Amino acid sequence: MSVEPLIFEKGAPGRRAATLPALDVPAEPLENLVPPHLLRQEPAPLPEVSEIEIVRHYTHLSQRNFGVDTGFYPLGSCTMKYNPKLNEDMAALPGFAALHPLQPESTVQGAIQLQYELEQYLAEIAGMARVTLQPSAGAHGELTGLMLIKAYHEHRGEGHRNLVLIPDNAHGTNPASATLAGYRAVEIKTDPATGGLDMDRLRSLLESQGKQVAAIMLTNPNTLGIFDRNAVEIARLVHEAGGQLYYDGANANAVLGITRPGDMGFDVVHFNLHKTCSTPHGGGGPGAGPIGVKEHLVPFLPGPLPAKDEQGNYYWADPGPLSIGKVRANTGNFGVLVRAYAYIRTYGPDGLLRVAQSAILNANYLRHELASDYEIAFPQVRLCQHEFVATAQRQKQESGVTANDIAKRLLDFGMYAPTIYFPLIVHEALMIEPTETETRETLDYFVKVMRQIAHEARTNPEIVKTAPHTTPVGRLDQALAARRPNLRWRPGQERTHGLGQP
Amino acid sequence: MGYIPNTPQEQQAMLEHLGLRSMEDLLEPVPEEVRLRRPLNLPPALAEPELKRLMMSMAAKNRSLDQVISFLGAGTYEHAIPSVVPHLQRRSEFVTSYTPYQPEVSQGMLQAIYEFQTMVCQLTGLDIANASLYDGATALVEAVFMALGPGGQGEVVVSTGIDPQYRRVLGTYAHARGFRVREIATENGVTSLAALEAAIGPETVAVAIQQPNFFGCIEDVKAIEPVVHRHSRTVFISVTSEPASFGLLASPAEYNADIAVGELMSFGNPMSFGGPALGFLAARERFLRLMPGRLVGQTVEEGGAKQTGYVLTLQAREQHIRRERATSNICTNQSLLAVGATIYMAALGKEGLRELATLCLHKAHYAQRQISNLPGFAPAFSSPFFDEFVIRLPVSPSRLQEHLLQYDIIGGYDLGRDYPELANHMLFCVTETRTRADIDRLVAALKEVAA
Ligand SMILES: Cc1ncc(COP(=O)(O)O)c(C=O)c1O
Repeated sequence: MSVEPLIFEKGAPGRRAATLPALDVPAEPLENLVPPHLLRQEPAPLPEVSEIEIVRHYTHLSQRNFGVDTGFYPLGSCTMKYNPKLNEDMAALPGFAALHPLQPESTVQGAIQLQYELEQYLAEIAGMARVTLQPSAGAHGELTGLMLIKAYHEHRGEGHRNLVLIPDNAHGTNPASATLAGYRAVEIKTDPATGGLDMDRLRSLLESQGKQVAAIMLTNPNTLGIFDRNAVEIARLVHEAGGQLYYDGANANAVLGITRPGDMGFDVVHFNLHKTCSTPHGGGGPGAGPIGVKEHLVPFLPGPLPAKDEQGNYYWADPGPLSIGKVRANTGNFGVLVRAYAYIRTYGPDGLLRVAQSAILNANYLRHELASDYEIAFPQVRLCQHEFVATAQRQKQESGVTANDIAKRLLDFGMYAPTIYFPLIVHEALMIEPTETETRETLDYFVKVMRQIAHEARTNPEIVKTAPHTTPVGRLDQALAARRPNLRWRPGQERTHGLGQP
Repeated sequence: MGYIPNTPQEQQAMLEHLGLRSMEDLLEPVPEEVRLRRPLNLPPALAEPELKRLMMSMAAKNRSLDQVISFLGAGTYEHAIPSVVPHLQRRSEFVTSYTPYQPEVSQGMLQAIYEFQTMVCQLTGLDIANASLYDGATALVEAVFMALGPGGQGEVVVSTGIDPQYRRVLGTYAHARGFRVREIATENGVTSLAALEAAIGPETVAVAIQQPNFFGCIEDVKAIEPVVHRHSRTVFISVTSEPASFGLLASPAEYNADIAVGELMSFGNPMSFGGPALGFLAARERFLRLMPGRLVGQTVEEGGAKQTGYVLTLQAREQHIRRERATSNICTNQSLLAVGATIYMAALGKEGLRELATLCLHKAHYAQRQISNLPGFAPAFSSPFFDEFVIRLPVSPSRLQEHLLQYDIIGGYDLGRDYPELANHMLFCVTETRTRADIDRLVAALKEVAA
């Protein structure tokens, strides 16, 4: 095992990589152009390194990183499917990548057309009237959707509605978005019998506080991988109370062509194109979180929106006086949208249905195979959707091996770990999402390794508790990181510990 | 089919292994009443060569910056991208990874982000920086949230010298969250000190200024800062959307800003029609627990060799732990762009950044002088500027743009769209990517309009 020193620990004064052209215009003295007191005193101390050092350094760093291209990535809720190379090439075409957002419309007809068409595809997939491509990720879509709901209520003179109902298995971004939208999040428990929403609790909440309810946010299938069969009834109840329904589309990979949030009664839905439509997650981003809305919310959409005139020319249309405004600069994460467009056109309607079916099949296959060695959350639910939650409860009880230990041990076998300790309502959760792009052999290998880890937990728990053993670094001291935060390098800081190439 | 490896026969075998007869059996949990019993109304599937042809024809309908000479800035800047940047940034171990939840196999991304955080601190001079935000506009919003604190209430004062798109975004969030935004006027292209003095009081939670501002003008931040900090609790937020300016202009730390935010997309990442972008946020140490988004920290191994390593840290601020009390709702951010910017800044280096800024400054001033000499064209302001400047035109901006397009030139930004008092004014941007010949070609084309 070796370390890679920081870029700041490399190089030497005067070294450099990028070259810039010489100044080819007459120049006035600097002090005539910028008042001296507004000039920088200390230059930004960026690294002084040569190109070969940069190439080796970032190549080494990439080698110390695990992606879908490296191996199986069953990270639940994140839909880590294969990211087609073709789509990378399409997004890099200069006709898409080298466009300024404020170019005259006549010079970006293809770019607006692509967004115009993508909007329609997503609206059809979701069963919605219109879509805005502006939000930059799922959480951004959530917040935008709640802003639309708020504007809608205010427009109807019901601005007093201040509660957003959120199941206890929801992703953390749901309640966080509710707060940012000026709402109060109210948690609803999961029904232990069905794994769906506790309907009695919903009914009583609506009875006592229905007039205060602005919306409910649901993920369906939810983060347990369970399809809530009461979706239509929930929609009826919440609508009856005057609330709106928000669909967290992070799990849309399970519903493509099978069912549509709009048909279940939802008013707003966000997509995570970096999950469902295979755009790469880039080690944390970028993503794109377009939202679709029903007709009654269209006037409130942020602008501008792509449009087409009678001559077939594309343009950006202003959204009208009721629009909430704008949730980011420019029109969206276009580079991500290009990839999503390519993805949808590659699969077509039958293909997208097959994506969802295959994702569900792979998940059920794993769930079935792991049930002998691991507790499965909500085992009474016969079939899961595109993901499921297993747990390390048995291992924890028998030998103190936790979900975290199992996650770490998986790394030793060249696989990434499931999402752990989420959803929060399942103890020792291992949330597993294989996606449709894995072969049966990979699934079988994962099962084999998981069984071996279960066996190790019984016979040699130390090897699991001290894993990983084969990664570039061992378990890291999280407590130290939080207690004494070191978020940046400073000159004179202790050098990187360990043996590393220059 | 597509990227699904298992054949229908293999899938049938898997179904039977589960005791199911068909895919239809598998979908039993979805109630019939919500099943879509028709194919989605989408165009049919395309094979790779067909898709390529289709998308290349769409791309060809656009005039890319490779085919024209552009003088557009206005928040999005054209800086040359050295080949080394995309080659490394696009290594698929970076591209196809998720947020680094398992640090032992994500050291590459974590270390790159730690380096990014450090470089953002180096640019701004401030103490801490986060792992990125969606874009400059939402970074401004997040900075305002930090200043407002958990309640999210209060009044912030912003200069109309801030990018109008940023202000529209701030206004949208302000309405939902319930805080107030007061805008103050500019004078001669820079924030009016008198208006600032009049607008702020003890209840002002934060003041935001853009440097250089949307008109390209250099704000006298040294004169503004003492006014902002007259009330000790007021947070001074600086916004920078043209990061090349960090090479020459006083850093946010040097003018005593408390939080610095802005846009770093133009450092190493393609413009891509404005997104994905790269919001950054840096702050003084005392804001640590209020920071939005991911933070990477350096630590050591738990046992054994105690090698250095990197982890996501201070997660108790974040949505997955703190839920409705989180400092922000951000989850997915812009990491891959942060990697691009980091490699770009390493390639540019300490000297390179200063050179870049110097080139932008002188080229823009050369262009401004040449254009101002043309009859009918006049500079709107006499304030100092960096690499953008405002010119009053003898014709409408749309007519001028039409004229320039015949010469494959994209002119500046039509300021009348956002500032009614600046109808027939254009904001031109000249970065290091424009040669003297490019500028002279613009000037020659403008001359025809003047005549
Ligand atoms: C269920 C669920 N909802 C919302 C989100 C937030 O999406 P994003 O990370 O794109 O902001 C995620 C992903 O992390 C998720 O899994």
